[in-house]
Amino acid sequence: MLLSMNWIGDFVDLSGLDRRALIRRFTLSTAEVEEVIEKGADVNGVIVAKIASVDAHPNSNKLHLLKIDTGKELLDCVCGAPNVRPGMKVAFATVGATVSGVKIAKAEIAGYPSFGMCCSEAELGISADHSGLMEIEDDIPLGTDLKSVYAIDDLLFEVDNKSLTNRPDLWGHYGIAREFATLANRPLRPVPTRPTAEFDNLPPLSIEVKEPDLCFRYSGITVEGISVKKSPVNMRIRLFYCGSRAINLLADLTNYVMMELGQPMHAFDRRRVDRVEVGRFPAPFVFKTLDGVERNIDENTLMICSHGEPVAIAGVMGGLASEIEDDTDSLFLESANFNGISVRKTSSRLGLRTDASMRYEKMLDPELTVPAIERFLDLLFKADPAAKVTSRLTDVYVHRFDKITLTIDKPFVDRYTGIDISSDEIAATLSSLGFGVTRNGDAFTVDVPSWRATKDVTIKADLIEEITRIYGYDNFKITTTLSPLHPVRAEVKATDAKRIKDLLVERFSLHEVHSYIWSDSAKDKLLGIETPANVRLINAQTPEHASFRISMIPTLLSFAYENKGFADSFGLFEIGHTVDGLDADGNCNERKKLGVVLFDRTANEETLYYRAHDMLVAIFRTLKHRLPDFSSVEPRFNWQHPVNLSSVSLDGAEVGFLTTLHPSVRAKLDKKASVLAFELDMEIFSSIEEKPLAYKEPSRYPGIDVDLSFSASVGKLDFAAVENAAREAAGKYLKDVALVDLYEGENGESVTLRFGFSSDERTLARTEIQPSVDALVSALADKFGMALKTV
Amino acid sequence: MILKEKIKELRARFDEELAKAGTPEALESLRVAFLGKKGPVTDLMAELRNVEQSEKAEAGQLINTLKNELSEAIAKTGEVLRAAALAAEIRRQKKYNPTLPAREAVGSYHPITLVERELEEIFSSMGFTIEDYPEIVDDYHCFEALNIPKHHPARDMQDTYYIENGQLLKTHTSAAQNYIMKKYGAPLRAIFPGRCFRNEAIDACHENTFFQMEGIMIDENISISNLIYFMKTMLSEVFRRDIKVRLRPGFFPFVEPGFELDINCLICGGKGCPSCKNSGWLELCPCGMIHPNVLKAGGIDTDRYTGFAFGLGLTRLAMMKFGVKDIRDFNGGSLSALSQFVSE
Repeated sequence: MLLSMNWIGDFVDLSGLDRRALIRRFTLSTAEVEEVIEKGADVNGVIVAKIASVDAHPNSNKLHLLKIDTGKELLDCVCGAPNVRPGMKVAFATVGATVSGVKIAKAEIAGYPSFGMCCSEAELGISADHSGLMEIEDDIPLGTDLKSVYAIDDLLFEVDNKSLTNRPDLWGHYGIAREFATLANRPLRPVPTRPTAEFDNLPPLSIEVKEPDLCFRYSGITVEGISVKKSPVNMRIRLFYCGSRAINLLADLTNYVMMELGQPMHAFDRRRVDRVEVGRFPAPFVFKTLDGVERNIDENTLMICSHGEPVAIAGVMGGLASEIEDDTDSLFLESANFNGISVRKTSSRLGLRTDASMRYEKMLDPELTVPAIERFLDLLFKADPAAKVTSRLTDVYVHRFDKITLTIDKPFVDRYTGIDISSDEIAATLSSLGFGVTRNGDAFTVDVPSWRATKDVTIKADLIEEITRIYGYDNFKITTTLSPLHPVRAEVKATDAKRIKDLLVERFSLHEVHSYIWSDSAKDKLLGIETPANVRLINAQTPEHASFRISMIPTLLSFAYENKGFADSFGLFEIGHTVDGLDADGNCNERKKLGVVLFDRTANEETLYYRAHDMLVAIFRTLKHRLPDFSSVEPRFNWQHPVNLSSVSLDGAEVGFLTTLHPSVRAKLDKKASVLAFELDMEIFSSIEEKPLAYKEPSRYPGIDVDLSFSASVGKLDFAAVENAAREAAGKYLKDVALVDLYEGENGESVTLRFGFSSDERTLARTEIQPSVDALVSALADKFGMALKTV
Repeated sequence: MILKEKIKELRARFDEELAKAGTPEALESLRVAFLGKKGPVTDLMAELRNVEQSEKAEAGQLINTLKNELSEAIAKTGEVLRAAALAAEIRRQKKYNPTLPAREAVGSYHPITLVERELEEIFSSMGFTIEDYPEIVDDYHCFEALNIPKHHPARDMQDTYYIENGQLLKTHTSAAQNYIMKKYGAPLRAIFPGRCFRNEAIDACHENTFFQMEGIMIDENISISNLIYFMKTMLSEVFRRDIKVRLRPGFFPFVEPGFELDINCLICGGKGCPSCKNSGWLELCPCGMIHPNVLKAGGIDTDRYTGFAFGLGLTRLAMMKFGVKDIRDFNGGSLSALSQFVSE
């Protein structure tokens, strides 16, 4: 929203103050100013002059040779405007003047000298009209500096509408002026009005509010005998500077009052609208708004009607059929207050945000409707003294907001602020902002003014804001708290995630990525991945993103696919959220998961498989101090490998899986690469106890290692079971079982294990352990069919 | 004396032979030839028997000296030969090249992780607990408990992702406030980083999925003055320099008073530049005193306690800190971008 300092100056005397400094304070105390714009600085030395004579230019059809009477002298001027005529008063830029930032010099135009320039409004920067010369009112003396007649010089500032959403009172210059009055510590002047009491003997209007929940107040009045069509220049300049467009006097007046008081108004042609009903229609229909667009009106939309015919969308826009036309000389003036929520819904449903709807959305003060009419009449009679009011002010006030009174005291303010703001300052600030303050020592009873009481100020903390923002946050003395400090420990879930990330990045050189919580079925399809049915978003941006992901792996596979050019070998991981259907309560079964994908064109799948396996073991050993269990499971997703898929579990709880890719998916991803994936459910992982580290004193005596090779199927070997069986059979001296070699070749498959024997009391002799070796050999033969191979 | 002559002659012969011994093997042959059991020195010792008693001691000394001198000469030459051999071997060894690119890749953290960790460290050191919270929440936690009324625009479909079961994707980390207040009660200081979602079209500056970090501190007499102190301290730590902060009124339903916190522009230092729209200030984070309705909903006694809350845009902070210009790089998964973030 663009705001004019001239306009604000109507209501608060800012003379002698640095206006730019005040605008900076406004940013810090009220709302952020995005831009400050100086108007009129590029126009100087333009005076009022008269066209004394008009002659055709011998060398041009468009140009004229003018004699310009400046009041002091007659000057030649060559002019191309179409609307020149003798006796017309114009804005004349003499030699040396500045227009649009350009200095006017003596010139020769098509062979004739020209000592200045007649200006259009666009050239003066006060409107967009460049169709012809600006015509100056006849009663202004020749030679008068144009800027002394018209308010061309102004300082504008722009405030982001979003920063005013909670302040319905700041949607007009008067509310802004109240802020400036407080910031400048100067009084706020009342708005000039034409009281309507004098029309009370006139007949009332028929106004019927059928929806008291949607229309809180509807005030109307009718006027006839309006003949002036064009608004006063200064009014047009202000409207233009503030981003509006001059249309005709009546439309301009409604805009002007709205921009001044924040109260939207609508002027209906009295010939089309002589009574009003406010209500809804039971069935949808099409309605043409005054921008010429046909709009679908549904049964929720509040409409203004006259004799049952819709004439406006309440609070949003009027209808084309009842708009003010060139020959309109009488009007039905609406100044109403609508439920902000309803206006917002209507406006967003229609995709039509207007100056009116934006204001109503903020919950305007219903007390404004009558002052707005009285201001409108004041301005109308000044512009067109012949206008005549033909009805009394008719005011249907169906919903009043509660009066709000709050009590606070200085200790409350001190506690909230942490600084010392005096009671005098508290009282002065609130009073200046329009709050009613009754003071009793350091205690205050505060009446919230109507323009702040629709939703904005409701509790004591709201008053703290009023007091502190005017005091200025820059003036706060800042201090730390005096709260006692207690040790804190991060959640296990958080520390687990942190430690896993450290392991994967710093030890295994993986790259952490982030991806979306939903599946991307288009990308899945590219890799031949079936996107599983799952809980869906109602309003996803594309249907491909509607379904939540169950597993982290498909998005990581897509990333692997997209990063093929990055390196021959890389690993990706993400700790993110997934959804696995709904739980028993109907809530999303949200699971935080770690997903890892390894991609490698240089290592074969088996090497990569054991690298992934190493990572899992490292994670479990480091965080849980024990090894996970692996067992074959059936695939759940079509990208998992039917054979090389294992569950990963600990203490009987299944935490995740380790898998190679299904060949068909792998081939789509890359013909040559090996790809591995594993996933852990972080919540299950974190719920498993982290057992304390169990330290075992190492033996002080040399041990004996015995390497033995067995015939065994490598793929089916369950190492942990073999180790347990060996320990059980061999007894207490067997301390370690390690894998030395796997062999798969022409001569069958074999496994070489190293059995480490030692005693904590003495050095063992080879003969002492032989019985243990024999026992474990026969145990492995019995239980697993592992035959000892003789060398 | 014949013996002396013999020694002299033997010595001359040895020197001659030694000069020819160019390898350790030749030197060993030389040692055996002269000092071995059947060598000339042993022979001389045998001849000692024939020497007169009066000269025996001197002769024995001479032979011993000879023996020692030969042994020493052999040892010395041996050292020289071994050193030369080692030098030759070293010269033959392969020269490695440290300028070649590394073979082992270096892993990387997501930039959000780096920024998040840094903040967590700062806040942990100030006694804040770190909380984890789901991404899918209900209307109550995301809006109702935060004093956001039923018809607030934030609840519109254009801002919030709604799920078919009636839940929604959290639009801000504030959604965890109520849960954390109920979990810990007052006094309380906690931060809770998390991923948030807003239903909007993606471009270089906008993402529908981004990270925030919320912080709350509740105790008796927590004030606006404390809020400014904590924000300034924390941000100075994050950017590792003294940061100027400025508070402006800002409206958020869950705080009262609410603020927009600006920091002096990091690019121009406050002089004004295109990044800060020539204002010298950058809008960084909304904050404020927790609204009494929010404290009440969290079961906190508002007569006794006050508190402040702030919401830092982690994604935005990471963009500022690392100079990331396109927000899409965060969720795009491109390793040419992400692999650069090896550590903070």
